[in-house]
Amino acid sequence: MLFELRDVGLDRGGRAVLDSFSAAIPEGATAIVGPSGAGKSTLLRLLNRLADPGRGEIAYRGRPITSYEPLALRREVALVPQLPALLEGTVESNLRYAAELAGEPLEVDETLRRAGLDPSFAGRDVAKLSVGEQQRAMLARALAQRPAVLLLDEPTSALDHAARDAVEATLARLRSESNLSLVLVSHDPEQARRLGDRVLEMPA
Amino acid sequence: MSASIQVELWQVAASLVLVALAAAISFWQRAGLERDIVVATVRSIVQLTLVGYAIKLIFDVDSIWLVLLLLAVMVFFGAITARHRADKVPSSFGPLLIALALAGASTLGLVVALGIFDPTPRYLVPVGGMVIGNAMTASAVALNRLGDEMADARARIEATLALGATAREAAAPTVRRSLRSGMITLVDSTKTTGLIFFPGTMVGMLLAGASPTDAVRLQLILLYTLLGSVSISALVATLLAYRNFFTPAAQLREP
Repeated sequence: MLFELRDVGLDRGGRAVLDSFSAAIPEGATAIVGPSGAGKSTLLRLLNRLADPGRGEIAYRGRPITSYEPLALRREVALVPQLPALLEGTVESNLRYAAELAGEPLEVDETLRRAGLDPSFAGRDVAKLSVGEQQRAMLARALAQRPAVLLLDEPTSALDHAARDAVEATLARLRSESNLSLVLVSHDPEQARRLGDRVLEMPA
Repeated sequence: MSASIQVELWQVAASLVLVALAAAISFWQRAGLERDIVVATVRSIVQLTLVGYAIKLIFDVDSIWLVLLLLAVMVFFGAITARHRADKVPSSFGPLLIALALAGASTLGLVVALGIFDPTPRYLVPVGGMVIGNAMTASAVALNRLGDEMADARARIEATLALGATAREAAAPTVRRSLRSGMITLVDSTKTTGLIFFPGTMVGMLLAGASPTDAVRLQLILLYTLLGSVSISALVATLLAYRNFFTPAAQLREP
């Protein structure tokens, strides 16, 4: 089992963002759906320890997630947040930063292609990209670390239909090309069915 | 350096005419500052008179321990004052206290060790006051900026942590900009010194009858000492304070 969550709860500002949530997430592609405010983004942040639950336990590959060194865990379980937040510089400098952190060799063109971006994006200033392009640059940056698991928070929320279809095709291809596991949060049940081997519903 | 002048009380009293002028302008233009001007004037008389007697006492006793105690008190109150400007930084008092103490100790220690000043109250008290005061302003500005920047850059910092960066790596651009803003004011005013304004020490020495050469030399020493102190305090404050935004597991704390 990739992730197991038992009675996980997290409060923020005196309000429970997650309460007694239990789930098992196997290898492969899992889509998480639920209304906004259900704690979907919070759940993803728990899975690579950007936050820790106040209650309950989370296991990654059979071991308590807290037994992993957090920085190493985050290179293996990569999170692509909903809002793009690249570092100042070019697309390539962002990819290089991520690859160096993970100690992985970087093939810029190949990484961009896998994220559905043309290799000509390498030298582009991230500040001059559209939000959709930034989202794909974020995906490329995560892929530059060659993670085993990709956590995607609303990967197409800022995109029009054409760009959304392109990212969905990219994700489908990523899965067939490698044995990357995906955990994907979506507010769109249709997208969840298209991209997930299974769909996990979060209660409101 | 032994020049001294007498300032009579009537001269001080006469200068209050200009305070009256300031209050009159405020009243006439309805700036609403009359009350503040009166309070500021009274406070300046009381505070400076007390400090004057305190310094006279310290000079008369001529004990290095009393000087160190006074500097320690300055560091303590400086850190408390700076903390108000750094209210967005969690637990900023510790970093500020250490920053001011280190900035004061290292710069005063260096100027004494290099033989620039004698380790006597006559030098250590005024120079220490300037060093700690400027260090306080610089670290307060740096941490104020740090608090704003950390709030603005939350998404970018967390996205960088998500790549497996350490807290230090994720905060590096923010820390760099905060350090810069703490240092830049003094660097800029050092560039324009003498062109746009005459620094206080030089003015004081010229008024007290010292030769312009001596006044300039002493002013240069003080400017460079302050540059050192401002850099150290801004550096130490930012490097210690940014950690308070993160948990030991390199997570951003909730604001």
